[in-house]
Amino acid sequence: MMQVNESLAKSFGLNAGEWGKVLEIMGRTPSLTELGIFSVMWSEHCSYKSSRVWLKELPTKAPWVIHGPGENAGVIDIGEGLAAIFKMESHNHPSFIEPYQGAATGVGGILRDVFTMGARPIANLNALRFGDPALPVTKRVVDGVVRGIGGYGNCVGVPTVGGEVNFHPAYNGNPLVNAMTVGIARQDKIFLSAAAGIGNPVVYVGSKTGRDGIHGATMASTEFDAASEDKRPTVQVGDPFTEKLLIEACLELMQTDAIVAIQDMGAAGLTSSSVEMAGKGGVGIELNLDDVPQRETGMSAYEMMLSESQERMLLVLKPERAEMARAIIEKWDLDYAVIGHITDTGRIVVKHKGVVEADILLAPLAEAAPLYRRPIAETPKPTRLEPVESNVPLDQALLKLIACPDLCSRRWIFDQYDSTVGGQTVKRPAQADAAIIRLEGSKRALAITTDVTPRYCVADAEVGGAQAVAEAWRNITATGALPLAVTDNMNFGNPEKPVIMGQFANAIKGMAAACIALDFPVVSGNVSLYNETEGHPILPTPAIGAVGVIEDAALAVGYGLSPDLSLIVVGETAGELGCSLYLREILGREEGAPPPVNLTTERRNGDFVREQILAGRIAACHDISDGGLLVALAEMALAGDCGVEVIGAGAAEYWFGEDQARYVLAVRDTAPLLAAAAAAGIPAQHVGRSCEEKKLTLPDGLAISLPQLRDAHEGFFPRWFA
Amino acid sequence: MKAAILLFPGINRERDMVLAVRQSFRQEPAIVWHKETELPVGTDLVILPGGFSFGDYLRCGAMAAQSPIMRAVKAHAERGGYVLGVCNGFQIITEAGLLPGALLRNAGLRFLSMDTMLKVERADTVFTSKWEKGAEFRAPMAHGDGNYAADDATLDRLEGEGLVAFRYSDINRNGSARSIAGIFSPNLRVLGLMPHPENLVDPLMGGVDGKPLFDSLAAA
Repeated sequence: MMQVNESLAKSFGLNAGEWGKVLEIMGRTPSLTELGIFSVMWSEHCSYKSSRVWLKELPTKAPWVIHGPGENAGVIDIGEGLAAIFKMESHNHPSFIEPYQGAATGVGGILRDVFTMGARPIANLNALRFGDPALPVTKRVVDGVVRGIGGYGNCVGVPTVGGEVNFHPAYNGNPLVNAMTVGIARQDKIFLSAAAGIGNPVVYVGSKTGRDGIHGATMASTEFDAASEDKRPTVQVGDPFTEKLLIEACLELMQTDAIVAIQDMGAAGLTSSSVEMAGKGGVGIELNLDDVPQRETGMSAYEMMLSESQERMLLVLKPERAEMARAIIEKWDLDYAVIGHITDTGRIVVKHKGVVEADILLAPLAEAAPLYRRPIAETPKPTRLEPVESNVPLDQALLKLIACPDLCSRRWIFDQYDSTVGGQTVKRPAQADAAIIRLEGSKRALAITTDVTPRYCVADAEVGGAQAVAEAWRNITATGALPLAVTDNMNFGNPEKPVIMGQFANAIKGMAAACIALDFPVVSGNVSLYNETEGHPILPTPAIGAVGVIEDAALAVGYGLSPDLSLIVVGETAGELGCSLYLREILGREEGAPPPVNLTTERRNGDFVREQILAGRIAACHDISDGGLLVALAEMALAGDCGVEVIGAGAAEYWFGEDQARYVLAVRDTAPLLAAAAAAGIPAQHVGRSCEEKKLTLPDGLAISLPQLRDAHEGFFPRWFA
Repeated sequence: MKAAILLFPGINRERDMVLAVRQSFRQEPAIVWHKETELPVGTDLVILPGGFSFGDYLRCGAMAAQSPIMRAVKAHAERGGYVLGVCNGFQIITEAGLLPGALLRNAGLRFLSMDTMLKVERADTVFTSKWEKGAEFRAPMAHGDGNYAADDATLDRLEGEGLVAFRYSDINRNGSARSIAGIFSPNLRVLGLMPHPENLVDPLMGGVDGKPLFDSLAAA
């Protein structure tokens, strides 16, 4: 039997001050189970103790926000009495230790956060960061993560419709796997987690509990080192088949009036679900672990309370509906067990084999949770890049850029994800700047994207934070949809290091400014800290997932060209090469300031573009981001399988600068668009024309055939995995 | 045409199938739970949609083939009733012995999700009458186990008796024997195929290439 003392508390991740608080709250030495409960509830992962003071700087309200942060996922009004429910969550640490299961259970966890609120999941997306592709470990991780996301998402029948992938050596020992789910519910059928009704049964539904994932939340709250491999047993194993049954069973049960409260058992499993449900409802909860369905024999109370076995839900039911609920759950061949009841004590009491294993007053467990305003060190602001000299011919530079790991086609990845199941996918991956998913039985569709540019964030976290939000907003706008709200997934290094905490605080500052300027509130999110291996932090990566709505899906545009369209750039090009992919891939330099984000211009240009799309004037639209103008034009040509005659003159910074707030619009008739732009005072410039001949014609007499361009663009992943 | 769509635990394309059937048949299909032992009275067409019945654990379609409802489906087929199995549904009806052969792991051992081109091998069946013989159409595929396999004698017989329904006509990505994407029963009343015509029945899905399958059945 383990001796409960300060040293055990330390090994559970509680520092001396936190241990002192535990003793104060308990008035005695806690039991092992009690210590386990405190340590997971007060872990960084569950308590947000380092990030909370900053997260509250983010705007979370708007007339269309139904539930902001604090619930399992964010909820927004999308019209017709419907709500979109969505969130993004990280599964970084498990995905490095065991890529397939880490990524798979990441998808499973975020799905549960969404359907626990009553939503049918309609789309999955992901934001992935990997290390240097030259390392064998990177290949292993990419393969496992992609297979894991596909293996889980394909089986549960939720289409994986979008995402992003970057590579950088800063992620060598610490890849990022951020998964996002969007679901749809009726606004009058949204389920929350606050428990109520003294005496109401507490019901366990789903898979049996095993010893997997014990202390997973604690693992996610520390840095990695060489011993992390030993943590493999803390990675959970996913069963997407059971998840599919759980989705259908819960949605069927939600059609009745049986449920008082419901919450998935995610990080910290039975502990966090029961503590949070009772805590939010201001009631007490008593659990009898003898009745918990168990996969293994001889499990202790500590193990059951801390297990992160997947595909489990905790429900509070109306007692008179309990038998009907049992029939529905058992129809789907899932375990159903009454494991406790709601009390008026304000305490969590856990019994096992006739012994009280835990008895904790809930209010201080939540209220006395640690909160740190950690010291901050500012990273010096980078200076704007001096003009660069480059004599690399345009065609050579473009071919190299469009083939590099950060810009090449992701087809090899998304060809392993079912993107059409559900029959509502209007724009699939690589067809539009955001995925377009129609709402069943409606003309309406959602536009969904994930974005962040970590190389900007490491140079200037404030600009990078604003840029991530702005790019997500732009990607939704470029389809014609109206951006509505954001979920954020803050991936950073060790918050105990002032430089890291400074990155975090500045990223929040930039994000908040952008969210306010663009009417784009944050409705849910997740924080993943301690993304460091042997002292090397990742690039600060505040990944943004965003949702917009378009009233008529038929009006949404993609970026594939058809022949005989004029190509117009909207927005100003100053030629910002700082932190650009051109600078890194062609000139081998990572320096300078990222392109400035002018939120007023962003809003003005975007609103203009959306208006033009909804007026039916635009045949195709693509935002200009990584790689700049020439890369955007090449991507439009490839997506439409037709040529482009590019016109104009300029140096590398004109063709490859990553200035923000810009779009390429393809139109049949230029006059009305140019007139409208002039009237609105928005720069618009003719940059080329699409053509039948499958060739990209560049200035200076250069040209690239489309097959050659495609070969360069499509080659990287298939060659890597050949 | 009165359709019944079977629902096994883990099936996930039943909603897609309902959309396609509803649009062409102008009649709501029945949804039949796998534990039922009878099909709804008057069922003309049984549809087994795609997904991962029973998680594809053990072997794709193997457990669903043993579900109570399958006895009724076999009786329906023996009476000359129509059966359509798509993707996992195709795997289930081969496991149930309604069609010969088996669907193995894709040749590249990866899940494949993309559009493929299919060639219509014959247009004189209730499933294909709205196509021309030799027509090519686009259909999304989404499977890990779509590699059609049978012994040479079976393949020769299928080809000799005109029982190949569709072949992959652009790239045979999953490694199927003789590029076979779908096959008929000898009475041409049971069809199994791997790709998903039901996911291209509306311009907003990206095209209507798959609609002739459902229009053909509606006209039968």
